[in-house]
Amino acid sequence: MILVLVDHDRGELDPLSLRALTAARKLGHDIEAVVVGKEASSLAAIVGEYGAKVLHVASHTSVTDYTPMATGRALKDLVEKLKPAAVLAAGSPRGNEQLAHLAAFLDLPMAAECSEITLGSPHHVLRARWAGNLIESANVHSELLIASVLAFSTEPESANGSAATVSEFEPALMPQDYAVKVLSRDAGESKGGVTLIDAKVIVSGGRGVGGPEGFGQIEELASLLGGTVGCSRVVTSSGWRPHAEQVGQTGTKVAPDLYIAAGISGAMQHIAGMKNSKTIVVINTDPEAPILGYADYAIIGDLHQVLPALTSAIRQAKG
Amino acid sequence: MDVLVCLKRVPLAGGTLILTPDSRDIETKHLGFGISPHEENAVEAGVQLVEQMGGTLTLLTLGPSDAEEQLRSQLAIGATRAVLLETDGQEWDPQGTAAALVDAINAEETKFDLIIFGAESADSAGYQIHIRVAHALNRPIITNVKSMKIENGVAICDRVVATGREHYEVALPAIVTVRDGLNIPRYPSVPGRMQARKKPVDMKKAEARVPKLEKVNLALAPSKSKGAEVLGKGVEAVPALVEILKKIGTF
Repeated sequence: MILVLVDHDRGELDPLSLRALTAARKLGHDIEAVVVGKEASSLAAIVGEYGAKVLHVASHTSVTDYTPMATGRALKDLVEKLKPAAVLAAGSPRGNEQLAHLAAFLDLPMAAECSEITLGSPHHVLRARWAGNLIESANVHSELLIASVLAFSTEPESANGSAATVSEFEPALMPQDYAVKVLSRDAGESKGGVTLIDAKVIVSGGRGVGGPEGFGQIEELASLLGGTVGCSRVVTSSGWRPHAEQVGQTGTKVAPDLYIAAGISGAMQHIAGMKNSKTIVVINTDPEAPILGYADYAIIGDLHQVLPALTSAIRQAKG
Repeated sequence: MDVLVCLKRVPLAGGTLILTPDSRDIETKHLGFGISPHEENAVEAGVQLVEQMGGTLTLLTLGPSDAEEQLRSQLAIGATRAVLLETDGQEWDPQGTAAALVDAINAEETKFDLIIFGAESADSAGYQIHIRVAHALNRPIITNVKSMKIENGVAICDRVVATGREHYEVALPAIVTVRDGLNIPRYPSVPGRMQARKKPVDMKKAEARVPKLEKVNLALAPSKSKGAEVLGKGVEAVPALVEILKKIGTF
């Protein structure tokens, strides 16, 4: 059996977890899923659809929000009881962090960001390094494989399964397991609306935008297309835009239907965060910009002229 | 306030990566070296804390003896001293690295109030060393911190997530990993660089373990590059793009 940690934010499923379930199914074992928090019991239908027979729901009165060490302990309890061949999770910051706690509790190796997994003795993985620019072939010497599934490496495929059977349990938590937990949340710099992860369309600006005021054009286009604004690292480092909008290895990794990169030359770190987008359109003055190597379509020109023209042409076409 | 910052020497690969003939490492003959991006923020945070509250800032790294170069350049920013755990130059697996760091931290006379890591290294994408160290030292850990202050022995931290900001507080001693955006790392001053030459760097030999996550080799990721179809120059190309957006169902 393979156990898949399904991540959620206060009951809302992390879509990358469906990809992890799909990847787990391909290994030819039965799949069971685990969530932390009673509010996630409602995910039994969707994880069942994606192939999990059982949804283990870990709940504890001291855990009401993201508490990674508590997840690690809950996973450890389940591993000891169920003896799975592997524990997988999405290769998201949270997925990696929670799995790392499990690996630390058990003092076992963990392979993060795996694009291919072959169970065996040793297990073998291909995993992404250097912001996805290198693929490491590695052996994992451990009976239990602990691995995260590289974001966007597997397309989510439904198994048309029926709802998973819910099995609740209370992990044997120690006080230190929930010493670090979210005390409060606020919207911070984000303005609500569509988040980068959920957006179908992202219009991103880079150094070429020239300053914070230039993002007016980016915002206008994004909102016209029902999307959201992204940006490169230099933009947030310069204080032009909030960090929540940063796309890339050090920001958020995204894969929308349409990614428009305006004035972004395409550092390795940025490419890593957006190269899985379905359609990539580049607007750049430099025909040699590295990002063109990853794009589907490009307009060579000044974004300050092209964006307003594009916005008004789309408005006209929409009627 | 005694702070420890853990660093990693990494090649500064700007564009394309090239592998060594045995495909086990990146060819670094023509590359400079630095530290991982978030680690500059970690050092800056440590320097600021010591400036505000007094105490010491120690740097710790595991790597080849050449990593002294990275330690000296960060000592120039304002750290007090550094410890280099010298390897044979081979890359260690995360468990081996974490164990060596833990041994070194336990061997220190100073009991650090705060240990800071960068959120992730540029090169290895392991996502675990900081957590293994936290477990071994039995300390709380907050990751991916984007703002931090220390008040009355409590680390008050925020992390930025897709939906906004999460707020954490944890009593010291603790471990945090920090992200780019936490602060603006300063450049070393000329006197800083002069002083850094004389600051103590303890060199210790580190014994490798048999890796449980065993690297077989590396390959360059296949570029998905099909080459962009250039639609034209400037505003003249806009109608063609509008047609494509219609075709792919954007609107």
